[in-house]
Amino acid sequence: MLEIRNLHVKFLGRDREAVAGVSLSIGEGEIVGLVGESGSGKTVTAMSVAGLLPRKQCDYSGEILLDGTELLHADRGTLRNIQGREIGVVFQEPQSALDPLMKIGPQVEEVLRVHTGLGREERRRRALEAMAAVELAEPEAVYGKYPHQLSGGMLQRAMIAAAVIASPKLLLLDEPTTALDVTIQAQILELLKRLNRESGMSMLFISHDLNVVRKLCGRVAVMQRGLLVEEGEAQEVFRHPRHPYTQRLIAAIPTRKRKEAEP
Amino acid sequence: MKRGNGFLAAGLALTGLLAALVLLGFFWTPCDPSAMAAGPKFAPPSLAHWMGTDNFGRDIFSRVLQGAGATASIALATLAIGAVGGCLAGALTGYFGGPVDEVLMRLNDALTAFPSILLALVVISLLGPGKKSNVILALGLVFIPSFARVSRTAFTSLRDVNYIQSARLMGAPGGRILALHMLPNTLAVLLPALTIGFNNAVLAEASMSFLGIGVTPPDASLGYMLSEAQGMLFAAPWYAAGTGLAIVLMVFSVGLLGEGLRRRDKGVL
Amino acid sequence: MKDLLKRVLALLATMLAVSFLTFAAFSLISGDTATAMLGTSATPERLAALRAELGLDRPLAVRYGKWLLGFFTGDLGVSTSYQQPVRELLAPKVGLTLWLSLMSFVLITAVSIPLGVWSAGRRRFEGARTALNQLGMAVPPFFTGILLSWVFGVGLKWFMPGQFPDAGQDFAGAAVYLFFAAAALSIPRIAMTVRMLRSTVQEELGKDYVRTAISRGNGRRAVLRRHVLKNALPPVVTFLAQTMAEIVAGSIVVEQVFVIPGLGRMLVASIANRDYPVVQAIVVILALWVVLAGTAADLINQRIDPRLRLGGAA
Repeated sequence: MLEIRNLHVKFLGRDREAVAGVSLSIGEGEIVGLVGESGSGKTVTAMSVAGLLPRKQCDYSGEILLDGTELLHADRGTLRNIQGREIGVVFQEPQSALDPLMKIGPQVEEVLRVHTGLGREERRRRALEAMAAVELAEPEAVYGKYPHQLSGGMLQRAMIAAAVIASPKLLLLDEPTTALDVTIQAQILELLKRLNRESGMSMLFISHDLNVVRKLCGRVAVMQRGLLVEEGEAQEVFRHPRHPYTQRLIAAIPTRKRKEAEP
Repeated sequence: MKRGNGFLAAGLALTGLLAALVLLGFFWTPCDPSAMAAGPKFAPPSLAHWMGTDNFGRDIFSRVLQGAGATASIALATLAIGAVGGCLAGALTGYFGGPVDEVLMRLNDALTAFPSILLALVVISLLGPGKKSNVILALGLVFIPSFARVSRTAFTSLRDVNYIQSARLMGAPGGRILALHMLPNTLAVLLPALTIGFNNAVLAEASMSFLGIGVTPPDASLGYMLSEAQGMLFAAPWYAAGTGLAIVLMVFSVGLLGEGLRRRDKGVL
Repeated sequence: MKDLLKRVLALLATMLAVSFLTFAAFSLISGDTATAMLGTSATPERLAALRAELGLDRPLAVRYGKWLLGFFTGDLGVSTSYQQPVRELLAPKVGLTLWLSLMSFVLITAVSIPLGVWSAGRRRFEGARTALNQLGMAVPPFFTGILLSWVFGVGLKWFMPGQFPDAGQDFAGAAVYLFFAAAALSIPRIAMTVRMLRSTVQEELGKDYVRTAISRGNGRRAVLRRHVLKNALPPVVTFLAQTMAEIVAGSIVVEQVFVIPGLGRMLVASIANRDYPVVQAIVVILALWVVLAGTAADLINQRIDPRLRLGGAA
């Protein structure tokens, strides 16, 4: 469904490539985890898929195919058609990723406003539906609230509702749980699992936290310094990490937590 | 970094050139600026009189050089009062904090909401108009709040920085910490503020003198000359043009310099 | 409602403080008033009599109270140089200065907002545009005023410099005349506003919510229109309120250049004449203007940004 072929990205004025030849594919309904430390190139890879690379400030090559449509070199018009409708994105910090001066409701339904000719009432109905689907309590009340009036967990749910409202094929999640505390984190992971099960939406889940990835993803790819160093079934990679970097990452998880995570 | 800092270079060059001209004007001018009939009356610009002559046949270029000197020196004196007073106030309140700081800053906010010209007019009407020292004092006082704010911000942000904390813990006296560690670091913020302050001072002084309540003859500054020039706009438009352009050029050069300094600090271009 | 009440109280408090400071400052030196009116050769008895007549022999607080009461009832005292009630003297001038300021404000807003937004999105000729901007800020209104009088007045004869037409008889002529004065007043502020707007919009463009908006398929214009402009507005509103204050101060100079019989010209003349009742009244009127503009900006910003509303958090 999504196929990244030999992606290279280098920001102008930097010596090292941020992404140095990454190939990765995601199948229909699959959840793939992309793991690595900050600066390993995982976010840049995701941004390339989402069409959010600052093109004027970097050199890039390779191919990104979404059901056969090339995205990396596509013109703005083509990208805009795909953004929001076929690819939804959830960012790390919902507090800054949401427009502080726009009410939650209009932000959740913005994709519909951009891509469909739906009327105000219909959009509102769909937004309330989406908000209910992500288990936001009292969607009607939340619809008219501003971001600063909600907690981080609620905001992230709203972000997810906004990203999935048009039922995209692919959901990109850039460290969506990092800024949240642990109980909320677990709830969000459950929610994502359910969304995947019910709608069959593919997901690319980016995180530095192996433990979180393991709970959610079927397949895992590990990145280090712009390179994909290991890729495979999540359980397999966890039990028998081949690359030394992956071994170190796994060793870095506190033991008790690692045991808890054993199924 | 790509293009180098063109603003800094251009600003330095232009400001340097003007400063040299103004300095020269203190010692030597092409003609005696106050000599009547240095040339014919109302002569248009020529090789002998670059900016023409006025109603008394005085050489305008020489007068502009002298006037620029007066304007620049008043602006510098003003700036000295404003910057030294403001930085002291800002540094002390910013460094020590507390309720005094709170009250002073509130007052400061209220004062900076008022246009500086308006405040300067009030102060000058209290001190008495028409005297050079009063103009300097009035403008200097008016500029204190804005400098206090700039330096306070710089000092409060530095107060909690590690090495200042360690200097404090090691028992270095407050004054020493202020002078040795903090002042150099605030310079980066202060330098662009100084260029803006200079320009505001030049414009404010010129405005007041233009209004006839600033500097009056014999200390003719550019502002006063411009009000004189307006009276003979029909007969000698070059008088107004030369004088006005001198002000514009002065403010423009220092403005470029300030822009260059800001860009250097921000690391852009 | 509670917000508004609090605002109005704060405004009143500020105005009280400003007017008292002005009053006290002028009272400190107004011992001279009697001397100024009678000359230094006057006998002490006559000076004392005049002081009693002017109420100068009573304590400061009493005089301030009386003055304040007068201010609210429209009695601003008597001009020492014109021997006329200050109110009568200023009434026709307030409107004129107000017109000039409003005209200039509209001009500044109408020109600089589109220009600033346009310029924020562009990188080409950035250096040249910044230099031009610096040049705009370097041109003092009195010089622009002289240039405009020379070109459009002396040269093209669109108006007669120095002869402000009576608005009652020649409204169009007065409007044209005021327009040129407003233009002279506006140029440096336009440059400043463009610069301010440009940096605010650019700062907003770098924020995370812009990336989110793009990820939803918004085009450049939609991102600007729907998200960035609204977020960039509050600092700009504050800046425009400050501009309003600066315009009023600038009008003092421009009225002098164009010989417009407004408050500013009156202020300058009164300072030169040491006519303190007039100076004091004008200063308080202008201060009221400044404080009102600031309050208006705060209220507008509260409408735009819910985080600024009292009790808006959580």
